[in-house]
Parts: sequence; structure tokens; C-alpha cells
Amino acid sequence: MEFFQAFANMTAASFAQHMANGISLGSLYAMIAIGYTMVYGILLMINFAHGDIVMMACYFAFFGITVFHIPWFMTFIGTIIATALLGVVIERAAYRPLRDAPKNSVLISAIGASFLLENLANYLFSGRPMRFPDIPLLSQNIAVGGGVQIQAICFVIPVITIISLVVLLHIVNHTKTGMAMRAVSKDYEIARVMGINIDNVISITFAIGSAMAAIGAIMWGIRYPGITPMLGVMPGLKCFVAAVVGGIGNIKGAVLGGFILGLGEILIVAFFPQLSGYRDAFAFIVLILILYYKPTGLLGETTTEKV
Amino acid sequence: MRVKKFFAAMLVSAVALTLLAGCGGSGAKSGGADAKTVKVGVFLPLTGDNAAGGELELRGIKLANKLYPEINGKKIELVVADNKSDKAEAANVAARLIEKDKVKVILGSYGSSLAMAAGNIVKEAKVPAIGTSCTNPQVTLNNDYYFRACFIDPFQGTVMANYAFKKGAKKVAIVQEVSNDYAVGLAKFFKDAFEKLGGQVIEVANYQTGDKDFTAILTNIKAKNPDIIFAPGNFTESALLIKQARQLGIKAQFMGGDTWETQEFIDVGGKDVEGIAFSSAFDRERATTAEAKKFMEAYKKEYKGEPSAFNALGYDAYMIAYDAMKRGGTDDSTKIRDAIAATKGLELVTGKTEFDKNGDPLKGAVIKTVKDGKFKYIDFVDVKH
Repeated sequence: MEFFQAFANMTAASFAQHMANGISLGSLYAMIAIGYTMVYGILLMINFAHGDIVMMACYFAFFGITVFHIPWFMTFIGTIIATALLGVVIERAAYRPLRDAPKNSVLISAIGASFLLENLANYLFSGRPMRFPDIPLLSQNIAVGGGVQIQAICFVIPVITIISLVVLLHIVNHTKTGMAMRAVSKDYEIARVMGINIDNVISITFAIGSAMAAIGAIMWGIRYPGITPMLGVMPGLKCFVAAVVGGIGNIKGAVLGGFILGLGEILIVAFFPQLSGYRDAFAFIVLILILYYKPTGLLGETTTEKV
Repeated sequence: MRVKKFFAAMLVSAVALTLLAGCGGSGAKSGGADAKTVKVGVFLPLTGDNAAGGELELRGIKLANKLYPEINGKKIELVVADNKSDKAEAANVAARLIEKDKVKVILGSYGSSLAMAAGNIVKEAKVPAIGTSCTNPQVTLNNDYYFRACFIDPFQGTVMANYAFKKGAKKVAIVQEVSNDYAVGLAKFFKDAFEKLGGQVIEVANYQTGDKDFTAILTNIKAKNPDIIFAPGNFTESALLIKQARQLGIKAQFMGGDTWETQEFIDVGGKDVEGIAFSSAFDRERATTAEAKKFMEAYKKEYKGEPSAFNALGYDAYMIAYDAMKRGGTDDSTKIRDAIAATKGLELVTGKTEFDKNGDPLKGAVIKTVKDGKFKYIDFVDVKH
């Protein structure tokens, strides 16, 4: 019975606080998971460097504000553009030469790109943690009442995530570029034959995915302000899990997966404090269960493998 | 195969050479147990990865030797040996100090693995060794001949429990970095000591190295309203933990261990880490004993700078040996060992010292805080013996 004691003792205020924490963590996961799912949708590959793109975006923002003293909103726009470019460059350098190589080669190349970024950051910025610049407008506390305190950024994160999702869905479903993306993701050989410049479409996909990662990274930095070269590793893994849980290749699925993971991690500690050391395991247990019962993920479609 | 044979040949010749050197050495010195000097071995890494720490401690030892050069009418001669920050080398060097140089007592090392490499050698030769800053509990465990001047890592937990209790805390929560031996050790000792003093530990929460989000465990803790939160762990995680606690409106004071004493802790934590408290071995802002004042003055004169904790621990290791020889009135190794074990209320630079059954010192620690973005001394806690 003692195991369930936390249920009985949970006050409304505590529960509200846990929910706020969980939603903001889930939104962050969702933003980063979108990048994984888009690349997978188009190239059928897992971009292992995605977590490290998040890390680089944090450093871009850090250098913009703390070192070069550029106003924060301009830095953020610059960070998003720079990160999108970084994504495109990585695709061009590490994945494009392997376009017609076996899938495994691209996967290995992605792992290589990830290590390269981590070690480059370690070399350039040193391993000592740096503090993400403080933006008082976003990091201030708002007392909601009943003893619940919520950081302003926690309101901003879900809103930005939802706006990004809506914009992205519009691009994918209602624009010409989006149509080309969908065509490439269905069958890129045929898309190529039909006159679609698939290299361009893939570049755009990487740019959008990385821009999403940058937005996620900025919000991540404000919420958890210690940045290190290894910062992207764990979020990268978790968001990959989120993308798979939601159905990899499906953008709405990635957002759903992100929320499930973020809320789940917080609530498992809320209701079972004894398990606080095992919360990382939660993400991976969810992954195993989903893969076992619904291998295509919650919103994933079953497709028959073309030969 | 060839490579293996080559290494085997190298090994055999190395052993042979060591043996020869050993024989030659003892041969030359036979009958040379000089009646006018007592030899004290200094066993420190003076080259290699740990050279910086070893060098600091050597300064402390040399300074003590300068201030206290004689014992029982004999001159104390330091035999300085470099263990090269290398475990294999450390074992050789320790054997050489004992076999060839016939030292009566050994001081050092910086670095637990180096000290452990010498563990069995001093134990079998029955020559006492006093570690300077080797903090791993394994160094002195099951070894009657190894002592140390520094406190072991988990001992800080006891110190902080005493401090928390002294500050009037009744209910504490513990948040530990569960994947880190250091943090778990501190947390366990804190819990044992705090409960023994009559306090109550209302929650023990865990997190993993590398975690960024602590809001869930902190929200749980907030509901229980502890007086103090003891959160030993890595400085980056700890700084984020404290930041998030303040965001959630937790007002309780945070306490931790000496890992917090890095600039990064203040950089990441910013104004949120102001007012925390943690334990440390030594602080130059306040000399707590008469010996410390003497040490500080002599150090400034000799080296034209401010002493660090490593200087102090080197000095103290020498003083423990000196005190034992003085009380024992002898330079017989076994008797020195017994005298060290019987050390009582010895005033050293880093506090009043005596040893527990493992050979680890029971002594006070300084408590520091962060004020205006700087580490600041606030208190000294003596542990009840």
C-alpha cells in the first residue's frame, strides 16, 4: 500500500504543478522529435546528429547574446537560420554522397556526424558548462495561485510548439514544396522520374527539421540553462523514442509521442517517488511496449515494403 | 605471439633489474642506519597527470620539515620519491623507499589509486604511511598501516549533518545523484548522522548524472516542506537543481559537498545558488587553529603566495608523523604506527585530528557558502568524537 501512498497525499496544487512541468517538458521533446520524424519520412534514415544540432543551436544562441551582445530576439532569429544552414550542410556533406549507398552506410555516416559535432564543440567551446543567457521576460516566475509557480517560458513552450506544428502541417499539406516532400517520401525514385529535384526537397526538409530543433534548443536553454557539448545526447535519444512512439514519419505522431514521454516522465516520479532514479528507463520501456504491440507507432501507417 | 614474448622478456629483465637495484641499495646502506637522522619517505606524483597536486603537497611537507626539522635529538631527512602518477611505478617506488632507503614512515600520496598501489607493500613491510589527499575509502580499509590526513569523501555527509542540526533543522530532504558513488556516500553518512542526532529525513529522491529536469522530484519535496535539502552531486546538475527549486518557490536552504567549489557552479547557478552551504577541507580566509596561523605565515614567507588545501594536507601529514614520533619517543616503524593510531586531539592546520579504526581522521571541516558570486567561509564544524 505504501507504494501508492503518493496518490492519496497528492494535493491539487502539487498536481497542477506536475502537469505544468510535464507539459513544458513534453512540448520540448515534441519540437525536437519533429526533426527526427521529418528526416525519416523522406530518407528512411535516423539522423543521429539531430540531438547534436540541438546542442550547436544552444551554443549559437549563447555566443550571440553573451559574447557578441546581440539583442535576444535577433539572436534567436539568427540562431534558427544558422542551425537550418548547419542541417543543410550536414546533409550535403555526410548524407548526399551516400544517396544510392546501402541504408546502413548512411546510418553509420549519421553516427559519425554526431561524434564530429560533439568533439568539435568540445574542442571549440571546452567541456566546461556554460550558462545559457538569462532572458528575464521568459525566465521570470509567475505565481498562479495555490502555491503553484510557473516559469513564463513554460507557457511559451507549448504555444510555440502548437504554432510550429500548425505552420508545418500547412507547409506539408497545402504548398507545392510540401507536395514534393510527400511525393519524395512515398517513393523517391518515382518522384525523381516525375521531374522533382529531390536534392532540393531533401535540403528543405533538413532546413525545416533543424530550424525546429533550434526553436526547441532555445527554449531548452532558457528552461535548463547549463550547456555542455554533450547536452544533445539524452534529449536526442528521448526524442527519437518520442518519434517512434508516435509513429516515425508522422509529424502529428512526433508531437503526440513527445507529450506522452514528457508527461509520463514527470508523472511517474509524481505518483511513485520511489522510482525517481528510474525515470529515464520509463522512455525506453514505453518504446519496447510500443514496438511490441504496435510496431508502426501510435499514428503510424502500415505500409507494405516495396521490393 | 612474438609481441607477447617480447613483453615477457622485458618484464623479466625489469624485475631482475629492480631486484639488483634493491640488493645493491641495501648492500651499500647496510649498517648505515644512521644514528643521527630519521628518514621519512615522501611518496608523491611529481611528474605525469597528477604532478600539479603532488607538487603542492610537497611544498607543504617541505615547509613542515623546515619548521620542525628535528625529533628526539635526530634530524629528519626527507627522501623524496616520484611515483610518476602511475600505479605500477607507485608500487616500485614504495618498495624502493622501504627496501633501499629504509624510511621509517611514508607520507603520501596525492591520488587514491597511487596510494592503493602502495597499500600491500607498506602493510607487509610494517612501515606506516600517511596519505595526503587520497580520499577513496578503500585506501585505509583493512590496512592497519595506512592512515591519511584528509577526510574521506562520505565523511563530509557527517559534517553536513552536524551543521544542519546545529542550524536548527529538524526535517530534511535528500536529493542524491544516484549514479555517483561520491554523492551516494555523502547522502548515506548524512542520513545516518542526522537521524542519530535526532533529526528526521523525510524524503530521499534520486536523479541520474546528466539529468536536466528535476521539477518532478522538487514538486514532491515542496509538498513536504523540509527545513533543509541536502543534495550532494556533480556541480552542473546541482546548479540546475537549485535553480529549478527556486523557480518552484522552494525556500529551503540547499547543502552539499566540496564538488560545488568550482566556478562553473556559480556561473550556471547565478543568483539562485547564493546562500547555499557546503563542506570543504580548508579555507585560507580563516585559520582555525594555532598551527594553521603558523603555517599560513610561514607559507607566505617561503613561497610568496596563498596556500591551498593541498599545501595544508601535505603539511598535516608530516605533522601527524612528527607528533607520533615525539609521543612514541622512537623511530621504530611499528611503534610509530601505534602512536599514530593513538593520536588524540592533535591540532593541525586542517583542524583537530584523531583517527577512527580504519585510520581515517575524525576532524572538523569548514563550511562555505556563495555570497555576491564568490565562495565565502561561514563556519567551522567540529565533529563529536
